[in-house]
Amino acid sequence: MTDKSHDPNQMTGAAMIVRALIDHGVTDIFGYPGGAVLPIYDEIFQQSEVQHILVRHEQGAGHAAEGYARSTGKPGVALVTSGPGATNMVTPLTDALMDSIPLVCISGQVPTHLIGNDAFQECDTVGITRPCTKHNWLVRDVNDLAKVLHEAFYVATTGRPGPVLVDVPKDVQFATGTYHPPRKSDVHRSYAPRVKGDATQIRKAVSLLANAKRPVIYSGGGVINSGPEATKLLRELVEVTGFPITSTLMGLGAYPASGKNWLGMLGMHGTYEANMTMHDCDVMLCVGARFDDRITGRVDAFSPGSKKIHIDIDPSSINKNIRVDVPIIGDCGNILGDILQVFKAESKKPDIKAWWQQIAQWRARNSLYYRKSNDVILPQHAIQSLFEATRGRDTYITTEVGQHQMWAAQFYGFEEPHRWMTSGGLGTMGYGLPAAVGVQVAHPDSLVIDIAGDASVQMTIQEMSTAVQYELPIKIFILNNQYMGMVRQWQQLLHGNRLSHSYSEALPDFVKLAEAYGGVGIQVHKPSDLDGAIQEMISVKRPVLFDCRVAALENCFPMIPSGKAHNEMLLPEQANDEATAKAFAGGKALV
Amino acid sequence: MNQPASAYFIEDRHDPNETHTLSVLVQNEPGVLARVIGLFSGRGYNIESLTVSETEAQKHLSRITIVTTGTPMVIEQIKHQLDRMIPVYRVVDMTQTKRSIERELAMVKVRGQGEHRVEALRLADAFRARVIDATTESFVFEITGNTDKINQYIDLMRPLGLVEVSRTGVAAIGRGPEGM
Repeated sequence: MTDKSHDPNQMTGAAMIVRALIDHGVTDIFGYPGGAVLPIYDEIFQQSEVQHILVRHEQGAGHAAEGYARSTGKPGVALVTSGPGATNMVTPLTDALMDSIPLVCISGQVPTHLIGNDAFQECDTVGITRPCTKHNWLVRDVNDLAKVLHEAFYVATTGRPGPVLVDVPKDVQFATGTYHPPRKSDVHRSYAPRVKGDATQIRKAVSLLANAKRPVIYSGGGVINSGPEATKLLRELVEVTGFPITSTLMGLGAYPASGKNWLGMLGMHGTYEANMTMHDCDVMLCVGARFDDRITGRVDAFSPGSKKIHIDIDPSSINKNIRVDVPIIGDCGNILGDILQVFKAESKKPDIKAWWQQIAQWRARNSLYYRKSNDVILPQHAIQSLFEATRGRDTYITTEVGQHQMWAAQFYGFEEPHRWMTSGGLGTMGYGLPAAVGVQVAHPDSLVIDIAGDASVQMTIQEMSTAVQYELPIKIFILNNQYMGMVRQWQQLLHGNRLSHSYSEALPDFVKLAEAYGGVGIQVHKPSDLDGAIQEMISVKRPVLFDCRVAALENCFPMIPSGKAHNEMLLPEQANDEATAKAFAGGKALV
Repeated sequence: MNQPASAYFIEDRHDPNETHTLSVLVQNEPGVLARVIGLFSGRGYNIESLTVSETEAQKHLSRITIVTTGTPMVIEQIKHQLDRMIPVYRVVDMTQTKRSIERELAMVKVRGQGEHRVEALRLADAFRARVIDATTESFVFEITGNTDKINQYIDLMRPLGLVEVSRTGVAAIGRGPEGM
């Protein structure tokens, strides 16, 4: 007969939470205290294995956890209180769901007897977060807590990764129950994501690849989520086949930008060669991407002549937007390994010399061209300078959302996976600064840069304070054009140049703002000062707000106008007023 | 087609809609029905009929039967979206198997006197509907059958003094010895 008072697994719910974090190898969490999580904060105070980073707003905790997860491959953890704490998490949870980021959020809840009573700081957290999590739980009994926490980590990190939320009422945090370490039976029997690809489908795919004349590999964030092995195999597949490869925004870095088969990013602001290759190919191998609407352009004119192979761990991604010929459900790494094995055994090797010649012609159009200036900094030039200055360093890049994000994707060359943190699916302005905080926590000695816009950065600017408190030397590189650039670009292209509320009349003085937070502010106006200022930014071992004043009216090209196909891109040299008006003519008729 | 000024491509879908009956086996836990319904409303799918009840108490299993309409691509999406939910064990498209039986139960209240009463009883007999409540001026009929049969019966009761109808929604099961 065991004496329960001496059983080490007897503990309070709050203690179980900290214990479970430790058991899952969590070393850092991001959070904000409040009434309904005080027992958990009390436990955090009395231990040293889990470091807690105090953010300034719960949304910051969520994005920081996302940045942490994206840059490490481990789950990010956020801890928030009930009511507003939980509702402030809705944006990062949705962001993580869209971009398949493993996130575990623990939220406090009012005591069980008050649930449904409109108690102070009560909200229906599981109801609100149900559509923005992969799964969520309300734990009403302390003896279910260990099981739920272990399942939460399992669900977040397996299959298609995603955010989960565990809502823990305050009385459950106080109550004493029995903890157990993670075990297999913690997980729903109904949850069994498929990992291994179907052998027949893999043979079909290889047969298509081997006989291709105009092939393309289109890879996405799934390759990065799958882990380092998938990246290695993808690179090997490109090497062995000699095929051209493009990638989605989320997939940048899986294949190195310096690689000879690299076409650049595809989609709305992708390169001409990537989009033309997609449009004219005869065999498309989509690995861990989901034919998102920013990628496909007009769906009924999307790559009309190709056989499409789609590798995805989520069966619901298959045939959602684009009908494919050979779907293979399973883990990218696993399936790429099988494809390589079968392909190597295949005697026939595709001859694609003519295809590469065609691609060379498209490349020669130099679709990322922009006019440099000696008087004013072009945003593209700023990103290129930043890239040159950080090349070869141990660098991580996060972004906000808008023109600067697209320029970063176009002009910053990523050589490795997990180095690029951006809000792709949800398009969350305000993601980059807190994400940089999370990345820097995970990689204290690395150079972490948030490429930002002047509008986006103000959405979560308060996290500068977090960076200063924890001595996280993040660099916020603001392409300041005083506009919500992407909004303005669309207003110029589609709404008769009526710039409705896309100009920020009263921007803060970012240098003073940085100093007010206890960071360092740098401002540059002239192209000739840019490189020196970037060097200064890199050498400062404190958080920096870098106010890079750029050409205010520069727009982001090339671009697929809405309702157009991949082969109807608007290139920068064509983007004069007349051609732009014509490209968007279909739209204008209906304005 | 001219596109309106939009950041999104607006697609014309011409595929005809199909009606499918889906059987969904789920873990019976708090919120599971909300998850399923939320999926349908959140993604803009249709629910024509929804029936849910615990079917295996010891294993905490419930069976949800959903009748839905959509293009073939949407129906396929619905099945995959359901299947990837954590508490969902299995999704079977009963329409696709072509080997299923579908039944619905309705209680139909009819108010009337004289010849209308007699006619209502006569039709009830023809449709094998049972009288489960009666007053001197009303009947409540219980009728079981597929959706078409029940619709037809209700249409016939309308001129005879139909007051109200309560329907269970469709339950479906596969023919033959195998379970889902």
